[in-house]
Amino acid sequence: MMGYLLKRLASLAVSLLAASLVIFLVVEVAPGDPASFMLGMNARPDTVAALRAELGLDLPVHLRYLDWLGGMLTGDFGISYTYRTPVAQMVADRLAVSLPLAAGALALSTLIALPAGLIAAARRGRAPDMAVMGATQLGIALPNFWLALLLVLLFALKLHWLPAGGFPGWEDPAAALRALILPATALALPQAAILARVLRSALLDILAEEFIRTARAKGLSRGQALLRHGLRNALIPVLTILGLQFSFLLAGAIIIEQVFFLPGLGRLIFQAITQRDLIVVESVVLLLVFAVIVVNFLTDLAYAAADPRLRHRR
Amino acid sequence: MRRAAILLGLPLSALVLGAALLSLVWTPGDVTALDIPARLQPPSSAHWLGTDHFGRDLLSMVMVGARASLMVALVAVGLGLLLGVPLGLAAASRAGGPLDELVMRTNDLIFAFPSLVIAILITALAGPGALNAILAIGIFNIPVFARVTRGAALPLWRRDFILAARLAGKHRSRISAEHILPNLIPLLIVQGTIQISLGILAEAGLSYVGLGAQPPLPSWGRMLAEAQTMVALAPHVALVPGAAILLSVLGLNLLGDGLRDHLDPRLRPARA
Amino acid sequence: MSVSIGSKYPGEREGQSPSSLPAPALSLRGLSVTLGGSAVLQEISLDLAAGEILALTGESGSGKSMTALAIMGLLPEGAATRGDIMLGDTRLDTLTDPQMCGLRGRRLGMVFQEPMTALDPVMTIGAQVMETILIHRALPRAEARIRAAETLARVGLPPDQVPPTRYPHELSGGQRQRVVIAMAIALRPQILIADEPTTALDVTTQAQILDLLTDLVRQEGMGLLLVTHDLAVVAGRADRLAVMQAGRIVEEGPAAALLAAPRHAYTRALIAAARHQPVLPPRDPGGPLLQVSGLRRHHALPRAHPFAKRRLFHAVQGVDLQIRQGERVALVGASGCGKSTLARALLGLDAVQGGTITLAGHPVLAGRRADPDQRRRLQAVFQDPYGSFNPRHSVGRLISEPFHLLPDPPQGAAREAAVAEALRAVGLSPDHARSPIHAFSGGQRQRIAIARALIIRPDMVIFDEAVSALDVRVRAQILDLIADLSRSHGLAWLFISHDLSVVRGIADRVLVMEAGRIVEEGAPARIFDAPQHPATRALLAAAPHLPDPAG
Repeated sequence: MMGYLLKRLASLAVSLLAASLVIFLVVEVAPGDPASFMLGMNARPDTVAALRAELGLDLPVHLRYLDWLGGMLTGDFGISYTYRTPVAQMVADRLAVSLPLAAGALALSTLIALPAGLIAAARRGRAPDMAVMGATQLGIALPNFWLALLLVLLFALKLHWLPAGGFPGWEDPAAALRALILPATALALPQAAILARVLRSALLDILAEEFIRTARAKGLSRGQALLRHGLRNALIPVLTILGLQFSFLLAGAIIIEQVFFLPGLGRLIFQAITQRDLIVVESVVLLLVFAVIVVNFLTDLAYAAADPRLRHRR
Repeated sequence: MRRAAILLGLPLSALVLGAALLSLVWTPGDVTALDIPARLQPPSSAHWLGTDHFGRDLLSMVMVGARASLMVALVAVGLGLLLGVPLGLAAASRAGGPLDELVMRTNDLIFAFPSLVIAILITALAGPGALNAILAIGIFNIPVFARVTRGAALPLWRRDFILAARLAGKHRSRISAEHILPNLIPLLIVQGTIQISLGILAEAGLSYVGLGAQPPLPSWGRMLAEAQTMVALAPHVALVPGAAILLSVLGLNLLGDGLRDHLDPRLRPARA
Repeated sequence: MSVSIGSKYPGEREGQSPSSLPAPALSLRGLSVTLGGSAVLQEISLDLAAGEILALTGESGSGKSMTALAIMGLLPEGAATRGDIMLGDTRLDTLTDPQMCGLRGRRLGMVFQEPMTALDPVMTIGAQVMETILIHRALPRAEARIRAAETLARVGLPPDQVPPTRYPHELSGGQRQRVVIAMAIALRPQILIADEPTTALDVTTQAQILDLLTDLVRQEGMGLLLVTHDLAVVAGRADRLAVMQAGRIVEEGPAAALLAAPRHAYTRALIAAARHQPVLPPRDPGGPLLQVSGLRRHHALPRAHPFAKRRLFHAVQGVDLQIRQGERVALVGASGCGKSTLARALLGLDAVQGGTITLAGHPVLAGRRADPDQRRRLQAVFQDPYGSFNPRHSVGRLISEPFHLLPDPPQGAAREAAVAEALRAVGLSPDHARSPIHAFSGGQRQRIAIARALIIRPDMVIFDEAVSALDVRVRAQILDLIADLSRSHGLAWLFISHDLSVVRGIADRVLVMEAGRIVEEGAPARIFDAPQHPATRALLAAAPHLPDPAG
């Protein structure tokens, strides 16, 4: 276990470094002079010079990279050029929306997918399986921002049950939660469709394994074999998808946040990109990539907990 | 099941492709001409799917929009196939070697970047437009195909018929081309259809936020974005492009599933 | 060998002939099974008494395993059953699945062929044995835990050596099969069904598992239905024997008598094939062909952590070997002894870490530097008749692949003639060249593999377990074919097998390998009749063999 952990930690560190280097190169080196890029073509030379000084662009590239990385590691993400506020503070504000949204969507998608996948696998080829497969086929093809629109049309504009968009802040938790219900549902349904299909096919693969026949020879019914032996063995592909989905939900909510006018992390990045605020872009993208890599690392650890063969691997 | 998948998927996919091709030579209305008095009309015999806020014929818009969607998705998938498959084959031919390590680690790295964020970043840095959308989507297709190819090629390399080919003195690259690749083609066709459908979804997302094909060319995503403000007033303007996306993605997915069962029931493409 | 094994336990059988036993513990009457419309079992009738071993044998596809699964009620979906299956007074074939669940594991136990995949990889072995007890609510949890540990100890896995907290992947194949047996017998069922329980195991492990099963039957009074394709396994262990062919039982009777004097033509053919030894034409070997000295081959084991020292697994450690032109050599050893690693090194498929290999005076090198002219002297035939061919190619294209090694390969009619000749040499028709490979059976495929190896007229062929996956009658035919090749092609070979009974008639010289080294070599008669090295003796002692024919 110790060896496995060390190995994973080492590769975690390497991934983080490589990712930061790629982001730095894409954002700061590829567009040429970041200061002129941020200010646009018609900027006055003295404004550009002032920004260059502020960004420390006169330093050699490798020192700038180390400076930036060091800043990130100590929590200093720089000052947004357009908003003139610390990026760290902005990120913290936005996470207050994005994190609950992602967590809520993930929980909802798991709650839907788990029983759906189990029922489909247990009743393979029969009516419940057909129903689940048909519904998930639709769910996968559904663009989530269109689903969002339909949900708004029905629940906000027609029925007036829920707000159509905006976020009132957490001072009124009930209103805040109500504002997140439709976006979380729009995010969760297509993800639930994917998860249910992965779970079903993983379970069917495992039901074909010989140890399931051994379990049946012990006197377990099909259902018992599915729950006792199938589910735990199907956990690895399911965890993989869950890990992928969390990272997707954290940043991939950009468009959904756009639909519902939610001040989340995705919307922050999108605005920063269109406003050419490279300081915000660079730091937030790095944070997101870090989050993905760390989630992948945690997924790997969860594999080891789920599968003793990985724990004992030498 | 498989029959239903093909019977439904094939006509749907053909319909989308046919509409896109037809729009090159004929559309029921002009998608660039504005006709404000006729705006936001519900479906009628003159406008089968109604009109948008500029009075343009929605059916014509959807047909032309299919062109942008399909072009972006097809070229992006072509890019992924062209670069990803050879990389995957090469990596598998010397599994555990330095090239394999490099390809796999680069793959992991690319997968760590949230694809939509990077696509937005690329199109924003390079300027919005269909070409940059293709690039942004294509970049994420390369590791997908590399990984799928490598994953399916590895067990083939352990088969005895590969040993026999090596005993016949054939070089690894020749074995990859002659013995490995032909056995992967069904899998690649299936994965290809899935990636095209994902590409259509991604293109719709990008053009929804204004980073896809640029006006005056209509695109499904932008049609949705423009319809959003008047969804209460004229829901059909939002329903039409969304349904177009849904049906084309559904058609391709069904076609992919049907083909998989038809070509080889043991194949299981990655879907993430 | 007319002595029944039952005589070891005189108390159990005294004064009773099998036919006058009390009501059988298990009895099948006119059992027929159809699967997807085609008949897989037809009118099977069998009886199995407590404390008795009934062997069910036949070639693959004869319906042995289907019979076992039908008794367990575990037939694949879409199977339709007719006839009676009685377990004591209980009629099984009319029970619903929930009712069968109450019997499986409690009154009926089953052991499967492949121990590597028969256990749940994420559950400890103790928990898996305990599950049998708990699912039937036979004992409270704490006592079930104790019973599970006792049962594991009973099958030879005492807690101080193999604790119940182990996971399956930490156990060897033989140990895993013991766990499967423990799960099957934890509630002392009346009937134990073992479907090819030792086919996936080494000969030594096979003997131990068979001893364990025999003990359980005799001591616990279970009835054992032993399904096996291997008549030698049956001999000396089973009380009675039933021979199946194409879904029917063609002959049944006391095992020793039946083996000594089979009545049915099919049984006779099976026994003759199992005893079959090909006749090698006498040959005087020519000059040296293959020279191997000090060959070492190891590969790195994965590191425990990034800073750990690389540990090496030495698969071949210092092998010296010489094969002369036209000489026929066999290499035997238990699985994992390094036979196949050695073969791959000889074929130039893997780089070696030490020593030299020369073929006809020139070094054999792995990788792209390999000289085609060199490589064409040595070809190979592998074990798996299904994995050896690209499924997308025709037979003609597959056979002619080695032409790639020739500087000026024949084209057009000359190529077709060469393919036709190779096909004829292995007893197939030239017409087969155009057929796709999936149209051929396992035995035909091995012929095609041999044709592919022969087409460029090599000096030597390595047969790596080339007959191990074949049914006994097909195996006899392929062995005869190989013997013929010595006559027609003057071929030298290295015939690699884990099965001692096969190599005796196919070699002038036998090499015995153990743990990466060749520990003994000599003429077959000497190796078989007067083995010197303990490894050879252990192999010979463990290998099951058919008794010599009567008279």
